[in-house]
Amino acid sequence: MAEKVTRGNGSQWLLSLPALAMFLGLLIVPLALTAILSFNVFDAVRGSQSNFTFGNYIDVLSDGYYYELFLRTAGMSLGVTVICVVLGLPETLFLSRMRSVWQGTFFVVILGPLLISVVVRTLGWSILLGRDGVINNVLISLKLAQRPVQLMFTMTGVVIVLTHVMLPFMIIAIWSTLQKVDAQVAHAARSLGAGPWTTFRRVILPQLLPGILSGSIIVFTLSASAFATPALIGGRRVKLVTTAIYDEFLSSLNWPLGAAIAVLLLLGIAFVVVGSNRLIERRFKQVFA
Amino acid sequence: MSTRSIGENGPAALLFHTLFTAFIVAPLIVTILVSFSDKGYISMPFEGASLRWYRAILDAPDIIGAFWLSVWLGLGSATLAIAVAIPAAIAIARYRFSGRDALMALLLSPLMVPHVVLGVAFLRFFSMLSWTGSSIALLLVHALIVVPYALRLTLGALIGLERDAELAARSLGASRWTSFRRILLALIMPGVVGGWSLAFIQSFDEVTMTIFVATPGTTTLPVALYHRVSMLTDPVTTSVSTIMIVGTMGLMFVLDRIVGLDNVLIGKK
Repeated sequence: MAEKVTRGNGSQWLLSLPALAMFLGLLIVPLALTAILSFNVFDAVRGSQSNFTFGNYIDVLSDGYYYELFLRTAGMSLGVTVICVVLGLPETLFLSRMRSVWQGTFFVVILGPLLISVVVRTLGWSILLGRDGVINNVLISLKLAQRPVQLMFTMTGVVIVLTHVMLPFMIIAIWSTLQKVDAQVAHAARSLGAGPWTTFRRVILPQLLPGILSGSIIVFTLSASAFATPALIGGRRVKLVTTAIYDEFLSSLNWPLGAAIAVLLLLGIAFVVVGSNRLIERRFKQVFA
Repeated sequence: MSTRSIGENGPAALLFHTLFTAFIVAPLIVTILVSFSDKGYISMPFEGASLRWYRAILDAPDIIGAFWLSVWLGLGSATLAIAVAIPAAIAIARYRFSGRDALMALLLSPLMVPHVVLGVAFLRFFSMLSWTGSSIALLLVHALIVVPYALRLTLGALIGLERDAELAARSLGASRWTSFRRILLALIMPGVVGGWSLAFIQSFDEVTMTIFVATPGTTTLPVALYHRVSMLTDPVTTSVSTIMIVGTMGLMFVLDRIVGLDNVLIGKK
């Protein structure tokens, strides 16, 4: 039988050269340039100057407005993450119990939207959520509401739509861990007298935790960096980090300040990802081993 | 192994599942319905259906131009991405070397870096090099952000592959290139096709990064749609969206036949 892997002999770098060149030239260099830009001085008349300053970071970190922006973004992302766990976990379990024909069908229905443009999905929601939208018409005709409920241009609306966009990621993450759960252990618990709820809580849930946590990291970071959905559903009323960056770059044209906010967003997300990975590794060493 | 034996779904579970599915499909169904309305504003087609918003697309040259740009961008960037991803995937799957994990992390990093940050970085980069408004530049950065998808599926096909057939070909006199093309590439073709298709879809759908660097001459379909949706009252957005939904479903069907949709979406090893 031929060896599947070889010790590196230099050809590995030759093979990766095209990809490496592309990533160096088109990713590392532009990101470094943005980091440098964030230390440049902005002049309303002459645009960004190449003098070095911490001013943009001081502006962002000392201004309550930007604090609120980051806190609102983090709070929203946390909310979306929690709702995705609460809805995604039971749905994944129910999917796993279906006969394979139904399972296949509903996988396509539930995960398929991932491949449809987020602008299209958001447009559908703006039709549903508007003042004369489908949801308000139903609420009023059922006499559940006296007058239209304001959902467009509110945080509630943004959270609903982001939940819709993020749920498939949560389901994928939980599903891949569920595949490793040994059904025999659940059987053993049941035959030893545990009820279905106890079996779920004490036997299945602990094994699913790594999947729930990695799904949560994905959903949290993608929510914090989402742009099109909050911009279209929240509009100018729900200001978030990403929409603020967009405004600095394309309306106020204060590129250095926008770059500083972008760098802080990137650092914040990196911090969350690295931090929670550490936590998962420490907590679940025995599960992964 | 089946996890089905954990239990069966009761009526409460089925109710939850029904509501959940309704939540997922509602925005898509509403969009499709509204696209057949005959009114000049966003409304349901029950009091008069027509195809006027499909005909209206033909009178919107900006949408048609954006569509073709997105198609070319998708084809070009997916092809470029798979071309750099295949050799890199071979290096990662077949060799053990220091820096292997770092290489992998770097090539997957466009998934982690927020697209807003990438948009900002490319805007800055393009303006420094006077690349603003160049569709080639847009193609290059689209290729960069879809490399992770191309890489993941190609790697999935490569890992665990036996090398016997390749070695047999080589010992029978096939050149390195021939044995790569006729043996290895043929063996990993489903992964390559899946990776290419996923890369195409991701490029075609990309909006957040592109919106920063798009100029009037390089507006992609999602960016054009974004600008129209932000003004809201235009039902032509729904007919364009319906075509995109149907197109994506068609692609999904083809992908399911070639590689299996669960392979593409879940990345089963």
